[in-house]
Parts: sequence; C-alpha cells; structure tokens
Amino acid sequence: MAYSEKLIEHYENPRNVGTLDKGDTSVGTGLVGAPACGDVMKLQIKVGPDGRIEDAKFKTFGCGSAIASSSLATEWVKGKTLDEAEQIKNTMIAQHLSLPPVKIHCSVLAEDAIKAAIRDYREKHGNRPAEQAAE
Amino acid sequence: MKGVYEMSSLQEMKIAADGQNRPKTPIYLDYQATTPTDPRVVEAMLPYFTTHFGNPHSRNHSFGWEAEQGVEKARAQVASIIGADEKEIIFTSGATESNNLAIKGVAHFYKGKKNHVITVVTEHKCVLDSCRHLELEGFEVTYLPVQQNGLIDLEKLKAAIRPDTCIVSVMAVNNEIGVIQPLAEIGKICRAAKVYFHTDAAQAVGKIPLNVEEMNIDMMSISGHKLYGPKGVGALYVRRKPRVRLEALIHGGGQERGMRSGTLPTPLCVGLGEACAIAQREMGAEAERLKALRDRFYDKIREQLPEVYLNGDLESRIPGNLNLSFAYVEGEGLMMGIKDLAVSSGSACTSASLEPSYVLRALGVEEELAHTSLRIGLGRFTTEQDVDYAVEHIVQSVQRLRSMSPLWEMAQEGIDIKSIQWAEH
Ligand SMILES: Cc1ncc(COP(=O)(O)O)c(C=O)c1O
Ligand code: FES
Repeated sequence: MAYSEKLIEHYENPRNVGTLDKGDTSVGTGLVGAPACGDVMKLQIKVGPDGRIEDAKFKTFGCGSAIASSSLATEWVKGKTLDEAEQIKNTMIAQHLSLPPVKIHCSVLAEDAIKAAIRDYREKHGNRPAEQAAE
Repeated sequence: MKGVYEMSSLQEMKIAADGQNRPKTPIYLDYQATTPTDPRVVEAMLPYFTTHFGNPHSRNHSFGWEAEQGVEKARAQVASIIGADEKEIIFTSGATESNNLAIKGVAHFYKGKKNHVITVVTEHKCVLDSCRHLELEGFEVTYLPVQQNGLIDLEKLKAAIRPDTCIVSVMAVNNEIGVIQPLAEIGKICRAAKVYFHTDAAQAVGKIPLNVEEMNIDMMSISGHKLYGPKGVGALYVRRKPRVRLEALIHGGGQERGMRSGTLPTPLCVGLGEACAIAQREMGAEAERLKALRDRFYDKIREQLPEVYLNGDLESRIPGNLNLSFAYVEGEGLMMGIKDLAVSSGSACTSASLEPSYVLRALGVEEELAHTSLRIGLGRFTTEQDVDYAVEHIVQSVQRLRSMSPLWEMAQEGIDIKSIQWAEH
C-alpha cells in the first residue's frame, strides 16, 4: 500500500508521544479501541486556565495510519478550546493524511479519542464550563 | 567461505554491491510467500522458449521430441525428490490446482459411495475452499483442530475416519508457521484404514526429506515457485500402486493420463524439474545453513527483547521459518517501521478482512497477540549479514513502538489489559 508523505512523516516523527498525569484535574484522558481489534489509542489533553488545550499527548497501539492519525490529532487540538476541538472530524484527518479507504477507521478512532478525552475532562469538572473549573 | 557452503551467484552479487558488508536493501525475508527463480533454473529453461519450442505432444517431428524429452526429464527429476516413479507425476499450474484436483477429483470419483472428507483447520485457503465447495455439493467434511504447537492430534484423526471417508488431506508444512505434520504416522493410519492420504507439500518439497513410499502418501501437491522454480507450474503425485482413482477437473486432449488436459508448458516443466534436482542435491547442507541462520535470528531477538513469543512448534519446523509475536506492538505498524525488510504479518490490518490470521487463531493464540505477529522467511539467498541487519532493525522498531504503545505502558504499570472494558468494534 502506498502511503502519503505526510502520513509517513508523522509515523516516523510522531508529535507529542507521552503521558500526562491522569490524576491531574486539568487533564482529560481518552482510551479507545481494543487490543483484540488491533488498535488502541490513548489521547490526553491538558486544559489551561484560559480554557484552551495547552498540551496533548498520545500513545497508540496500531498500524501506521493509526499512529499518524493520533499524532496529527494531538497537534490539532493544541491551542483550541474544548468546543473547537470537538469540531475536529475524522474526515479532516483522513483527508490531511490521504488515508486509503481501508484505513478510514483509524481516523475515526482518532476522532473518538479526542471526544473521549474531552468527555473525561468535563466529567471531572461536573460538566461545568472549563473556565470555572480551572480555578 | 569455501567449504562452508557454495555461495550462489545472488549472494555474491549482493555482497559485491556493497563492500562494506552491509547487505543490499530491501532484504527479502518472505520465502514462504514465494522464492526467486534460481539463475540455474532460468538457464535450464531458456532453450525451451526458443530452440526447443516444439509441442511436447507432437509425435511427428524432432521439435516435438526435443520438447518431450525436456518434459520427461523434468518429470523424472520431480519424481526423484519425493521417491516416486515418473509415471506418477502430473504437471499442473501450481499447488492450488493440484490441491483442487486431488481433493475434488477423489471426492467426485467416489461420490455416492464415499461422501466424507477429512482435513485440518490450518490448511491453505485453496484446500479449505475446495472442501467448502464439496460441502455445497453434499459432501461432509471434518476439519480437524490443531494443538497449541500447530500439529494435529493423531488420536483425533483416527477417531474422525469413517467407513465412508474417501480422503484425508493434511498439509506437510504450514505456510504461516512452518510446522511439519507427522506425515509418516498419518500415512500409516490412513493406509491401515484404507483411506487415501493427500498432502499439500508446497512448503515442504526441497525443504525437508520426503518419501511417498516410506510415508504412505497417495497424493502430493507441489508448487514450483516455493522451491526456486518458476511461478505457474506445479505437480500432483498420484500413486499407481495401489492405484488412486480420480476424476479430472480439466477436460480436453487427454494429456497427463487424462487427469489434466492441455498442452504442457515445456519451459515451466523443465524449470520445475531443474529446481527439484538442485534442491535434492543441496537440501542437506542448505537446511543446516538455514537452521544456523534461523537460530541466530531467534536468539538475537530474544536476547534483546522481552515478551516475544514463537508461534508453532520449534522442533517440528522447517529451518527457514520464524513466526513471532512481538507483544504490545501491532504487526502492520511494525512492518512500516522496517520498510527495508520484506516480511509478512498475521495482523488483521494487512488483509482486507480485518480478521487476524486464522492459522494463529487455530493455535489458540489470543487475538491481541495474533495482531502482533510477523512471519520471517529465510531462504537460499539469505546471508548472515541480512539476518544481523534485520534483527537490528526489528529490535529498534519494536523498542520505539513499545515506547509509544499504551498497552506496553499498562503492562509496565502492572495493569492487566484483560481487566479493562474495551469497546470492541
Ligand atoms: C501450503 C500452500 N499450499 C498451496 C499454495 C498455493 O500454491 P500455488 O501458488 O502454486 O498455487 C501455497 C502458496 O501460496 C501454499 O503455501
Ligand atoms: S489500526 Fe488496524 S488498520 Fe489501522
């Protein structure tokens, strides 16, 4: 299968690999996928006092497309508010990386991971708006 | 180098291409998928495209006779490597056709009297699909399970044989995990029960010693391109004493004793014959060389990486195969990191189906581990430099991907990944 240069570049030099402290109240963690399906993504966001995502980290078990999709997702969510980050769609990721059709589900997983991280953050804060939560 | 083994021209070419002792990349490590045609085989074939181009079935002139001589010499060479008589060899287009002909051919001949077929869950797709097809026609098929090491349980085979069983088909060597089934024991059981024993030996011929008499094999499928011969040619051994009866799949001019009509592709037959002759001469030394390379590969990997699991039995295995699960690293993701190495993966993601290898699943390998497997095939043109280079790159890539793997992280923290509620999709 031929992969795009952008995809290979993300695979070879993934951005924001790592782990944030799950216990930190300013951190939201999303863990999606399943080992039995061959793909698991963990994506974490750290929300700053201004309500914007100031840091993001990921770890992924999966194919090159899954790794590149999650790397790109962390890059895109940084600097965005939660509402803005929620607007990131898998189709945008798939298009940016020129994913072949059989790899679309890898980008779906990345979108799910972003949403799961935001949900986790919001749950930690009783679903209050981010500004108030980060006192 | 002299005295250890004869270096082939390809090996020489590879080393000459780079005086630095660094192998030429990409490195081919997928010898179970196919093999390059040995240059000596190509050489033997060439005259049969041009000067000796006659129809081997033409009886009236020397062009035909020359071609026929080439084919008959090849037939004897194929027979020789499996201890058969040349009259028992039928040329086909490959092991797929041979398997179809053996299984459907026997079943169709005995239809109505004997309606039961026995095979194994880890067989090649062409055997399994032939059996599925027979089921649609009303035959009953027993698919024997395998043990954790990939080998069948002989007691289960004995128990499965019925008075109406017409054929038992068990592959000699598995294409994914390289394990060798106990052919002689299976042959004995089948002979005692008066049931035909067919074996798909596509991955076995030229790799391990085979003898149809000693092993009581009644039919054997052979493929050219798995043993450094050309693609598009194979053979089926069909025993004459006691005679195996089968119905042809392809009807026409009645060539190959009526079992396979069509003008024989002389150059391909000659190539298959030459490939068998070379393999027969060199098998012993080559097996030792490959086993040393295989052990070097496996030992070096295990020294440097924890949690690597071998799939399939180590002892009853051809020397040129390793199938390893690198826990916590998905196989296709890993393959992308080792672009210089041509290997294959049992992971779902490489296939259209998104299901992990049915062979690994049949061994009881858990799905998450099946996703992390690589098949590494070593062969005639693999060098020690190739092995060292491959190991180094696999180790680096696995280490890098584990450092990015959430599952590896959990395992390091002592979290049991089975305790987590995964959303399977
Ligand atoms: C065990 C086994 N049987 C049959 C085949 C099919 O052989 P061929 O490509 O000659 O049709 C293969 C090769 O893919 C194989 O590995
Ligand atoms: S993770 Fe399986 S196809 Fe991408």
